[in-house]
Order: sequence, then C-alpha cells, then structure tokens
Amino acid sequence: MTPARKYNAVVVGSSAGGLNALKTLLRNLNRDFKFPVIIVQHISPDSENYLIHILNDLKRLKVKEADEKEQPQPGYAYVAPPNYHLLVEPDQTFTLTVDERVNYARPSIDVLFETAAEAYREHLIGIILTGANNDGSLGLKRIKEMGGLAIVQDPDTAEVDSMPKAAIQACAVDHVLPLEEIAAFLNSL
Amino acid sequence: MKKSQEEQLENQDIEIRLLIQAIYDKYGYDFRNYSQAHIKRRMLNRFHLSGMSSISQMIHESLINHKFVDQLLMDLSINVTEMFRDPSFYKAVREHVVPVLKTYPFIKIWHAGCSSGEEVYSMAILLKEEGLYNRTQIYATDFNPVIIKQAKEGIYPISRMKDFTLNYQRAGGKASFSDYYTANYESAKLLDSFKKNIVFATHNLVTDSVFAEVHMVVCRNVLIYFDRQLQDKVIGLFADSLTGGGVLCLGSKENLQFSGYYDNFDGLVTGERIYLKKYKV
Repeated sequence: MTPARKYNAVVVGSSAGGLNALKTLLRNLNRDFKFPVIIVQHISPDSENYLIHILNDLKRLKVKEADEKEQPQPGYAYVAPPNYHLLVEPDQTFTLTVDERVNYARPSIDVLFETAAEAYREHLIGIILTGANNDGSLGLKRIKEMGGLAIVQDPDTAEVDSMPKAAIQACAVDHVLPLEEIAAFLNSL
Repeated sequence: MKKSQEEQLENQDIEIRLLIQAIYDKYGYDFRNYSQAHIKRRMLNRFHLSGMSSISQMIHESLINHKFVDQLLMDLSINVTEMFRDPSFYKAVREHVVPVLKTYPFIKIWHAGCSSGEEVYSMAILLKEEGLYNRTQIYATDFNPVIIKQAKEGIYPISRMKDFTLNYQRAGGKASFSDYYTANYESAKLLDSFKKNIVFATHNLVTDSVFAEVHMVVCRNVLIYFDRQLQDKVIGLFADSLTGGGVLCLGSKENLQFSGYYDNFDGLVTGERIYLKKYKV
C-alpha cells in the first residue's frame, strides 16, 4: 500500500469515442466527488458545446464550459470550449488561448495536461480515454514527472484504442483500468 | 514529486521570468502580465527549437542578437486568425452594429491586436457591403511591426481561401467572395480598394496610451492572454477611446463581467460579446 495522497484535481483527455466514455465515467462518479474534473474532448471547432448538455443531463457533477480565469471547484466538471486551448496557471486558474493547434487539435489534451501537471504537481490525476491519435501522451508523461497519478483506459475497452495505447507506451502509468472501473477507483480516493 | 524535479521546475520558472524581464528592460515589450502558463509554453517551445543549452543562454542571446529577439516577439504574438473568424460574430455586427454605425456621418474604428489583418479586412468587406466603408476610417494596430507589415500587404496563402469563403458565407455574406481578391498559384491578395481607409500602425496595448477617439473598438482574443490587472487596464483604455454610445467587440470567450469598467457598458449582443459604452455612468 502506498501512503494516502491528497489530490486536488482530475484532468481527462478523450477523442474519438469520447462522448460515450465520458458519459460512463461521469455517470459513475459520486455526486459529492471531491475533486474538480477538467476535460478536453476533441471536438469540431464550430460545434456548439453539446457535450456539456449531454453530460449535465446525467445529473452528477455540474458540467460547464471552462471560463478564462475561473478557479476549478469540487462538484464541477469543466469542459474546454471548442477551438480554444485550455491551460491551468500556476495559481490554478484557467487560461484559454487561440494558439496553433497541437497534435492537430485545439483544444489539445497535451496543453491541458502539461500545464495542469505543473500547477497541481503531485496532487493531480490524469486520465486518458479512447481516441484515434496520440494527443495526451506527453502530457500524461509530464504528470508522472511532477509526481501525479496516471490512469489509462484499458485499450481493450476503448472504442478506439490508439490514444490509450500511445499513453501506455509514453510513460509508466499507475493504473490501466476498464472504463467501467475508473469512476469507482476515483470515488475510492 | 522528486526534489530534483521540483528544483528544475523552480529554476525554469525563474529563468523564464528573467527572460521576460530582459526583453522588457532592453526593448520595452512588456509581457510580464501575460498568462504565465502561455508564456512558458511558448518560450520552452522556442528553447527546444533553438538548440541552446539553457534558458539563461536565451536571455543572453536576446540581449545581443536582434534577430533572435524578433523571433521571440513572433513567438509571443498571437498569430492564429482567419477572415470572418467566428461567423456568428460578423452576422451580429451586420444585424445589430451596422444600424448603430449608420447613424454616424463619419465612422472611426480601432481594431486593436489585429495580427496579420484577416479580421480587419473582413470588417472592411462587411462595411463595404453595407455601404459604410467610404465614410469609415479603420486604425488597425498590433505591437509587432513584422506582423503589421504582413497585415498591410493583405496577402494570404491561397490554400486558406476555401475556409475564409465558407466563413464569409456563414457570416451572411451574399456576394462572391472571390471577387474580393486576386489570386495566383500560391497566394491571394485583397483588393487595394479595401485598404484605402485602413491605417496599419504599431501600438502596444500594454505600454501605449489612447491615440484616437473612435466609435468602435474591435479587440478579439487578445485579452484572454492577459492577467486580470492588465485586462482591466486595457478595457479602461478602450473605454477612454470610445465615444458615448460607441461599440466594443471582444472575443467569444472574453467578457466584461469581472472588469472594473463593467458599469461603463451595456450589452448589445452579449452572446457575441458586443457592448455599447454608456453615455453616462
């Protein structure tokens, strides 16, 4: 048993197949889940943020678009807006930028994970879910370097397995879990 | 976290802070109130491309090598933009702002942080279609002289015209977009007729002051890079520049809610972040 650690936030990255995976994840999180959940789902730049409505309908965490300068709070899940990168500042507030795409994506999972890794250091949990590219791998590696906890969806349970596979290759992840078990694990922390 | 990692992170943050301070002390460009996470990503990106041994070496290089400084300024510029970016915004301008502007005999617009000019020309096209361009003067500014030069040229890769055309149509454009530029194999050049009422100039929102009284300020996706204090200062600058009843247009994720100047403005199309300056507070 490793000694209990205190976590302050969860970052989640998902791409192809992500909508269903996020639904499964959030549906099973306790309503009084202790840490804010910050999500980058790859999404078309001109889409309305329908993801928020769908996830809010689960009636678990309150789901909203991440606003610039906002300080993430427990009880909420924050989703990066389409066509903006979402960054976490050293003071743990959000920044949105319109910089170049990273890994062909804006929002990019790496951008969120790398900045959150430095902001939360060992108090961060990073989760990579289903997806068809390798965005998030470098970010998850950075989370590990900063002492955080790395979780990857078991590629066998992923709608598209390339993103989880790439993440597992990029660093020594702490847990590879079937999608259905990730929420239960988080609830237990 | 391991001690060594922690120290490395701390050192890196100090070095980047010193680099930003050096650029300010030597050249007067002030990025000290920009988003730290953003600045760090940009500077580390340059560091990895530069082949230098440390960020401290970048500091030294920035003091002696002007080409390198130009490169850093480019890295710190926000140069992702499109013509008719966020089509719904331009649609709202057409429907709700144009009627306001039509009441003025002469219209002055300040487009702050205009980058390579795509959105300035978009506005010029819109105003021309609405019959307002001939009585409009647009001041288009950016802190970066290299980018202002590009903006002045109004030449864009032909490969981007497809997206621009789609944006134009979504923004409610009715004409044939290809009538507005001349094309060759690689590039498209905006017609000179759109340039005649635009003055491109360098202006630094962080360090420069108000330079004209205007009826409309357009500053989109610039404030998101600033900390709260700098955001407020710049919104104050806009409030001082605008005439009573003047229009302020921000980016789709920027709003006045937390600004000290919130009471100086009324929402016109709040969903599109379009505000009107009150005549009296």
